[in-house]
Amino acid sequence: MVLQPLKNCLGLSYVLRTPKACFWSTASGGLIIQSVSNDVYQNLAVEDWIHDHMDLEKQQVLFLWRNSPAVVIGRHQNPWQECNLKLLRQKNIKLARRRSGGGTVYHDLGNINLTFFTTRKKYERMENLKLVVKALKALRPQLDVHVTDRYDILLDRKYKISGTAAKLGRTSAYHHCTLLCNADKFVLSSVLKSPYKGLKSNATPSVPASVKNLFEEDPSLTSEMLLDAIAKEYAVQHQIDHHITLINPADEALLPGISNKTKELQTWEWVYGKTPKFSVSTCLNMAYKDSVLDIKVNMDVKHGRIEVCNIDLPEQWLPPGLYSELVKSLTGSKFCPKETTTLVTTLLRVCPQDDELHSRWSLLCENMIKLM
Amino acid sequence: VCIHHVRSCSSIRFIKSKYVCVFDKSALKFSHQQRLFRTSAVPCGQIVQFKLSDIGEGITEVTVKEWYVKEGDSVSQFDSICEVQSDKASVTITSRYDGIIRKLHYSIDDIAFVGKPLVDIEIDASKGVAPEEDVVETPPMSHEEHTHQEIKGHKTLATPAVRRLAMENNIKLSEVVGTGKDNRILKEDILNYLAKQTGAILPPSPKAEIVPPLQKTEPVPAAPKDKARKIPGPVSRPIVFSGKDKTEPVTGFQKAMVKTMSAALKIPHFGYCDEIDLTQLVQLREEMKPLAEIRGVKLSFMPFFIKAASLGLLQYPILNASLDENCQNVTYK
Repeated sequence: MVLQPLKNCLGLSYVLRTPKACFWSTASGGLIIQSVSNDVYQNLAVEDWIHDHMDLEKQQVLFLWRNSPAVVIGRHQNPWQECNLKLLRQKNIKLARRRSGGGTVYHDLGNINLTFFTTRKKYERMENLKLVVKALKALRPQLDVHVTDRYDILLDRKYKISGTAAKLGRTSAYHHCTLLCNADKFVLSSVLKSPYKGLKSNATPSVPASVKNLFEEDPSLTSEMLLDAIAKEYAVQHQIDHHITLINPADEALLPGISNKTKELQTWEWVYGKTPKFSVSTCLNMAYKDSVLDIKVNMDVKHGRIEVCNIDLPEQWLPPGLYSELVKSLTGSKFCPKETTTLVTTLLRVCPQDDELHSRWSLLCENMIKLM
Repeated sequence: VCIHHVRSCSSIRFIKSKYVCVFDKSALKFSHQQRLFRTSAVPCGQIVQFKLSDIGEGITEVTVKEWYVKEGDSVSQFDSICEVQSDKASVTITSRYDGIIRKLHYSIDDIAFVGKPLVDIEIDASKGVAPEEDVVETPPMSHEEHTHQEIKGHKTLATPAVRRLAMENNIKLSEVVGTGKDNRILKEDILNYLAKQTGAILPPSPKAEIVPPLQKTEPVPAAPKDKARKIPGPVSRPIVFSGKDKTEPVTGFQKAMVKTMSAALKIPHFGYCDEIDLTQLVQLREEMKPLAEIRGVKLSFMPFFIKAASLGLLQYPILNASLDENCQNVTYK
């Protein structure tokens, strides 16, 4: 395995978008690159960059990457439905929305990601996954791994070790998949469990599956070994040198425009705002003084913002003026705990200094924010 | 003055708007007025139904997840129109045309079908249609002979070469009367259509370019020209018995076929028949099938036959030899 820092190679490819022979590659057919970054947004941005700028006609690309703990949801998914956002915030786990379809996955350094870039015509997921299986078997022939028709890779016919997603554009396409080597299964299962009730949405749902790490099957395996084996198989099949080029996703000179792509992937508008329209219909159980109140709440959320909001409070529990102010402020604001907290704190300042009122208000708002 | 005026129009690629074609020959006389028709008409652009193109992997339906445009928006070629999802793949559909979106055929979360209209786009009348993009491979068998162009549900048959000719001259195939089989539009028909309007309009250079390459691929049409053109619509031509023999030269495609077919007949043919018990082979194949599957190969009998044939040829090399033209010398490969 030969590692070599990339010079202006990719830059050249970007400039020469016309099908000229890429004389900078050691052989035709393929290119294997690996990211030096573990930042999920930077790595997703590299995928976008290659998809938008590279001419894949003469050579296909295999991109290898790993991320520090992050939850990655599919293009058309609902993060509230897919994961425990509160836990993510607590554990400082990043949330990213990728541009390909499919379901939600948990990434950490024990998981490797592989992206196969081709022209749209050559888009072939099964072939790519068979390549991965072949590489795994070459490394450890006794491994019972196979590809299902849902494009998952199963270990021992039972445990999912890899999930797939794809993105097709006008002329190019990519298929990426995960591979569980030694990820933290405990964190995985706890973050991928959504505590939010009463959500109704047409967003793509994830299909939960039992997972297992390859490390559990064979403790001698490491992520590096797996990456290398897959790169080797790719090199053989594309008749190129077994040579991995390192790439720095922060290098703006090499990948012009990449920092904008990275930024866009981190914006609230992309991560949360792209959630398909959904509704929240639930009941807040608030213990107040000696009784428990059941407050029905109905909200419609579009583009991540509250479009409609209804809170079924007992009459006069809050002064009507204040209640209507609350509803008015919530409408149009982000379905987000931080934003809502700021909003309600501001509103409270214009209220009369009444302890009873303040405690009721705090109770209600706390419970509302828990929904987000 | 009138003619000069129209000539300058041709440099901006003169296209017949639907109002003009009705007048046929009289259009030439009122060429000056044509401009007035075009500017005063309300949507004088052609509305094209942009169909959902093939996604690949045999996928026939997708779910529409997000629209990037709405009715009334103007789009350019390659602008993103919508995002659809199929089985974990998210696809960005881009526009093939420049124009204005007139209708969205689906709402969010609807199922869209490959090959069915996705949006209606009103194409800018002065710009013309962008060439069809060969984005994904379509099965060759159904498309090799003729591609069907549907404009407002009216199918026009024409070979790709003929279509190119029409496109280069900005002719709508639906306006050309076909004289070929099943009212297929032939190269001749396009040229005749052009000749009708030529007069002062058609620039000379494209015509000269087109004619030579087409002659190689087009078979010679037999129908008499003038008679067929006057008959509009799908009416089958009556069979005319003239009682006389007709002699015409063999050219182009036919000529090439004659040559290769005769050459094939010259080679001595050898036939041999035998009966072989394949029981053991069947067993062997069954055993080997799972091994092959691991490598992603579906094992049929063909590989065995091919291997047997090649081994057999090693023993009898004369069967793999070739003769020269006069059957004088044998070359062993």
